[in-house]
Amino acid sequence: MYLKLVPSKTNIPFIKVRFIAMLFSAALIVGSFAALLTIGLNFGIDFRGGVTIEVTDSEPIELDAVRSTVGELGLGNVNVQAIRDFAGSEPAVVVYVEQQQVEAVEADEDEATANENAQQAAAVAVQNALRALLGDDMVVRKVDVVGPTVSGELIQKGATAVALAIAMMLIYIWLRFEWQFSLGAIVALVHDVIITLGMFAVTQLKFELAIIAAILTIVGYSMNDTVVVYDRVRENLRKYKSKPLAEVLDLSINDTLARTVMTSVTTLLALISLAIFGGEVLRGFTLAMIWGIVIGTYSSIFVASPFLLATGVKRDWSKQPAAATP
Amino acid sequence: MLQFSKYQTAGIIGLVVLGILFAIPNFLTEETRDGLPGFVPKSTINLGLDLQGGSYLLLGVDTEKVIDDRMRAIMSDVRREMRPNRGAGRDRISIDSLTYDDASGEISLRVANADDFDDARDRVRDITRSGAGALGLGIRPYAVSTDNGRIVVSMTAEAERQFSTEAVRDSIEVVRRRIDPAGNKEVVIAPQGADRIVVQVPGDDDPEALKAIINRTGQLTFHAADLTVSPSDAAAGLLPPGRIMVPFAEFEGTGRGPMVLVEAPEITGDMVQNASAGQNPDGAGFQINFEFDSRGARRFADYTRNNIGQVFAIVLDDEIISAPTIQSAITQGSGRITGDFSALEASETALLIRSGALPAELTTLEQRSVGPQLGQDSIEAGAKALVIGFAAVIIYMVISYGRFGIYADIALIANVILIAGALSLMGSTLTLPGIAGIVLTIGMAVDANVLIFERIREELAAGKTPINAAETGYQKAWSAILDANVTTFLAALIMFQLGAGPVRGFAITLAVGVATSVFTAYVLTRLLAGGYLLAKRPQQLAL
Repeated sequence: MYLKLVPSKTNIPFIKVRFIAMLFSAALIVGSFAALLTIGLNFGIDFRGGVTIEVTDSEPIELDAVRSTVGELGLGNVNVQAIRDFAGSEPAVVVYVEQQQVEAVEADEDEATANENAQQAAAVAVQNALRALLGDDMVVRKVDVVGPTVSGELIQKGATAVALAIAMMLIYIWLRFEWQFSLGAIVALVHDVIITLGMFAVTQLKFELAIIAAILTIVGYSMNDTVVVYDRVRENLRKYKSKPLAEVLDLSINDTLARTVMTSVTTLLALISLAIFGGEVLRGFTLAMIWGIVIGTYSSIFVASPFLLATGVKRDWSKQPAAATP
Repeated sequence: MLQFSKYQTAGIIGLVVLGILFAIPNFLTEETRDGLPGFVPKSTINLGLDLQGGSYLLLGVDTEKVIDDRMRAIMSDVRREMRPNRGAGRDRISIDSLTYDDASGEISLRVANADDFDDARDRVRDITRSGAGALGLGIRPYAVSTDNGRIVVSMTAEAERQFSTEAVRDSIEVVRRRIDPAGNKEVVIAPQGADRIVVQVPGDDDPEALKAIINRTGQLTFHAADLTVSPSDAAAGLLPPGRIMVPFAEFEGTGRGPMVLVEAPEITGDMVQNASAGQNPDGAGFQINFEFDSRGARRFADYTRNNIGQVFAIVLDDEIISAPTIQSAITQGSGRITGDFSALEASETALLIRSGALPAELTTLEQRSVGPQLGQDSIEAGAKALVIGFAAVIIYMVISYGRFGIYADIALIANVILIAGALSLMGSTLTLPGIAGIVLTIGMAVDANVLIFERIREELAAGKTPINAAETGYQKAWSAILDANVTTFLAALIMFQLGAGPVRGFAITLAVGVATSVFTAYVLTRLLAGGYLLAKRPQQLAL
């Protein structure tokens, strides 16, 4: 027979363990908030402004030499990291320089312009210093310069996008189901987003614009997972009119468990391939997604569904027609 | 549910074939593509800057300055209007105060004599209505009001918008002429928001050089020189009114000290219609040849005729690039700038003159550049991840669902082809996150099949016949598939709104992938599974 990670018929009492799950989730959320407040996110230049420069050289690069050379430029906080690439390419380093703040503005220049220009001047200075240190065979792979105007906007845009995505999901589920479902799904989504942010605070992985894209995808995926379970809950509520809600929920989660696991596995297969082979550029993004898939799957089973028990769901679905089939 | 009419079958297969047709050009070389007959689709997916290397600049257009400049121009018109020339038939009006406040955007005029108030107000109304940048389309650019003995001029909101839009549009044109004079590069120069310009130049990973040419203001003016001011007075800043001191440009071999010029230009750069670089026939080095339009030609002829023996200066961006003595009247409407230009300096300066002046200052707000090496590495890494992820999912589906897994895999392959076809059709840009989007879509696209197959398993377990079970499976899975994909699609739409570049690339492939996967996973596999079940009518279904 074929591979089955989950047996065809399971009877796991998910609802029974909901308090344990609740404690677990609460602990993760509290931990995430604590990490966000104490350590904070390691914002990349998209959100913080500044300069990142990635260079490679034919010979191994001494990080300390790079650090002191760039540090001597007086550009404030400098961060130098080696890139560990699975592809085993040439030695590479990333230099991060914090956003420059202009102190004295020349008479004919306004402050905003001066601040934008200072970032680019820093980028040029760092490249020149690196070339002097590493020699002419140094190759500049990538230069990113983000000024204060754009970085400020991106923070706002990113936060708005995530909030908007969650709001849209709320409305969609409300339209397709009942408000109790919509509320449960949103609690699960917020849960996923907070814990993903917490993971970024704890690991100090760079939080960049691409991570917002990852979070939006996680929101979509987690919603997807939740909807599948809810769809079955709705169907089973119609089928078993007198069964207690807790049993209906358990039955629905068990019914869809094989699918939930199967889809998580295929998605994870694709993501793990990306994480291993997709290169440095995508790594943070992929790790966020992998984490999100795991959390999203967990939350659909242990957060979104038990939540229905708390809100109480309408039992009589007989008047509501089934979703149209094409 | 499992039955398809001939037409439906043809339609489904036709759509996949269409996808293949649109995807094919990506795998052909440019020569082969050009050799194809006209009806064959030729558009391909463009590689993003992160994959082919290049520069991205986000420029802010200083539209406020444009509006300030216009208001200041109006203010000097107002001043002139209060002191008309003798013989104009109107009296002078003494001004108590005339100021422009750039924070409020208001010109405020007080007249010394209260009796002149109505007259002054009417004159201000007249000049703001006629001339001085009046807009077409019946928009009144300026509003004149009176307030407590003040006459207040402000710009209307429509006019502010219009002038800003014009400044952005004109800046885009100037930038385009500067970085792509021949119009043959694949550069993207597009407005973003109200006062931003995005510049993307594939293959050029030196944004500093790019900015150097973009950021030159390109303001060309011709001024009369004033040689009566002694150098020592000039150095001490003792200049007569209406005179300015301008340094020489630092071309090789110049090294001359600054000159005192008449501030008001005789001729401005907008009257120059063409400029080119050429060898200096009379000596060493290169020169810049330029041509005036008819207005400029007339002015230049008049000016040179009346000022033979005098010195004039050609000023580019507040630097003198040439200061010749007028030998004779120049009436043919063209001239040359000789200096000790190198070939490169001459052609760059000619390009700058030709492209015209930037209407507003541009500030670089964001700058990203990717070298060709990283681009190549990223393509390789992305392709590798794509192939391996794809293979892993395909194998996993077969070992999980056997024959039906193969159907799902066929659908998956069709899905990737359709994504490629759709992206080519839209001529969209593939970025590294875009590739990630495709890989992710592969993982998620099988979800619909997993939903269906698991459902069929359940129905089989409940004792249904294979055909019945498959029918019910497809039917019952639909609402979940629909909801699940709509939610992901919504997330992708929001992402698309979020940002330019890479994130947008991811959003596009995700959205396209979700849409095509519903078709391939729900319709195409049903055609395949239905074909098998109805033809063979198996008693047992291995699933």
